[in-house]
Amino acid sequence: METTQQTESKIIELKPFTDEMVVNMGPQHPSTHGVLRLELRLDGEVVREAIPHIGYLHRCFEKHSENLSYPQIIPFTDRMDYVAAMNQNWGFCLAVEKLMAADESKDFAIPERAEYLRVLICELNRIASHLLSFGTYGMDIGAFTPFLYAFRDRERLLLLFEKICGARLTYNYIRIGGVSEIIPMEPGSIDEQNYLDEIESFLDYFEPKIDEYNDLLTSNSIFSERTMGVAVMSAEMALSYGATGPNIRGSGVDWDLRRDEPYSIYDRFDFDVPVAKDIPELGAVVGDCWSRYKVRMDEMKESVRIVRQILAEGLPDGPVMADLKAVRPPKGEIYFRSEAPRGELGFYIVSDGTPKPVRLKGRSPCFSALSALQELSRGLMVADIIAIIGSIDIVMGEVDR
Amino acid sequence: MKPEEIYKTLADKFGESILGFDTELAGDPIIQIVPSAIADVCQYLAETDTLAFDSLMCLSGVDLGAKEEELSVVYHLYAMQHRHSVVLKTSMPKTDAHLPSVSHIWKTADWHERETYDLYGILFEGHTDLRRILLPDDWEGYPLRKDYKEPDFYRGMRVPY
Repeated sequence: METTQQTESKIIELKPFTDEMVVNMGPQHPSTHGVLRLELRLDGEVVREAIPHIGYLHRCFEKHSENLSYPQIIPFTDRMDYVAAMNQNWGFCLAVEKLMAADESKDFAIPERAEYLRVLICELNRIASHLLSFGTYGMDIGAFTPFLYAFRDRERLLLLFEKICGARLTYNYIRIGGVSEIIPMEPGSIDEQNYLDEIESFLDYFEPKIDEYNDLLTSNSIFSERTMGVAVMSAEMALSYGATGPNIRGSGVDWDLRRDEPYSIYDRFDFDVPVAKDIPELGAVVGDCWSRYKVRMDEMKESVRIVRQILAEGLPDGPVMADLKAVRPPKGEIYFRSEAPRGELGFYIVSDGTPKPVRLKGRSPCFSALSALQELSRGLMVADIIAIIGSIDIVMGEVDR
Repeated sequence: MKPEEIYKTLADKFGESILGFDTELAGDPIIQIVPSAIADVCQYLAETDTLAFDSLMCLSGVDLGAKEEELSVVYHLYAMQHRHSVVLKTSMPKTDAHLPSVSHIWKTADWHERETYDLYGILFEGHTDLRRILLPDDWEGYPLRKDYKEPDFYRGMRVPY
């Protein structure tokens, strides 16, 4: 009798498959970072296939843009990646400026002061965006505390943005030809000094906090168990899927547009590009969820370094807007990409010489990174799906546009 | 390599499939390609060592409007190793818009082609899962075409507001 039971249990062990079950995760789900629906085909707790369904936040950004003049489009870019809206504004303005610069009859240069303000504010926005990513990732995995810590610090950054442009989330601050001067800040004035001092005091406060967060979450053993060695994305796979930014650096590709194809004034600053490495003593593998997360944590330190260099130099004098008569790029087309917190944000603009674009496409970094989810999640557990989504750090506003 | 050199290499290899090299307009120079040859050209660009285009930055559909009754698909490629980029463009009539898929070369093309199909109605032959991605499955028409008219109602909801 005993032997039969043993044989039977062996047979059960050898055939561990159950009936396939389809579970819809989302669109309303706290861990999908917005309105993402995943059609999970489950074998018990093992994911056979996770099919992403997107489009719940589609607002026809590209169609709208064809009926708007270039400056009117900037608020729409705010609503793409709404947690790093400054960077989205900037990416769009850079593309338009590059197309305008192709017309040699119109001579304009972005004022130095505007360039410094742009880098300053966009790097702060990168910190705010990575803070949100860090906090929500911890919460996805089951650690509630980091979320509160991250939002406490992000709040100070939002107050800084509010002081310079009046808005906390959708800034419309960076304009074509410079930055907005909706809240005047005279060069060398007491207002400017106070503002820079405030940023400095934030950095002094924030820099040690990064180590605290690393103690709190990065080296937390539950967090490590959930993320290390999970969903390894090889460098080839990351390239093929068009993953960019922290995701591709998490796969060990040493690539950052700010350093490798410097735009604006990034070539003047000294900063490192964090790239994931194998850490055998901890168990981290290049390309796993933890590596992608860790790159973001390290990037915050580099952003602090860049901002500190700007503060040490001080903002240059002069205007914040170039002398543009009208925003009317010449007939032609351009694709320009910049390094947003979530990766390469590209704008493809086709112009026919009128004040409105014929075609505007926003190449969203999250859109490409999310397409890798299906392959990444195959054969993993349901709980790992949460870890993957958090680690590729998507914002649905940008995926769906 | 410079775009001109890439154009020469492609013209030598593919002959009449390469239609021309546009430089007169502002912005990036563009290599014009016959739609049916696009997958072969991309395969060649991705697999030749001297070119090694390993990333597809962007794939977009374009409709220039009523006077030109054609749709275009634009490919922005980049090679990490050689750090050069190239722009390919292919145009086809609106009434019969189809071209080979490149999703077997770069996996990111999968979703980008689905998006282009969704918004322009361009069919990508050889794509394994060509269905709408941003719009609902039962949406009618292709909204980014210039001659698109939005429906009055969608499932009983008024569309224009």
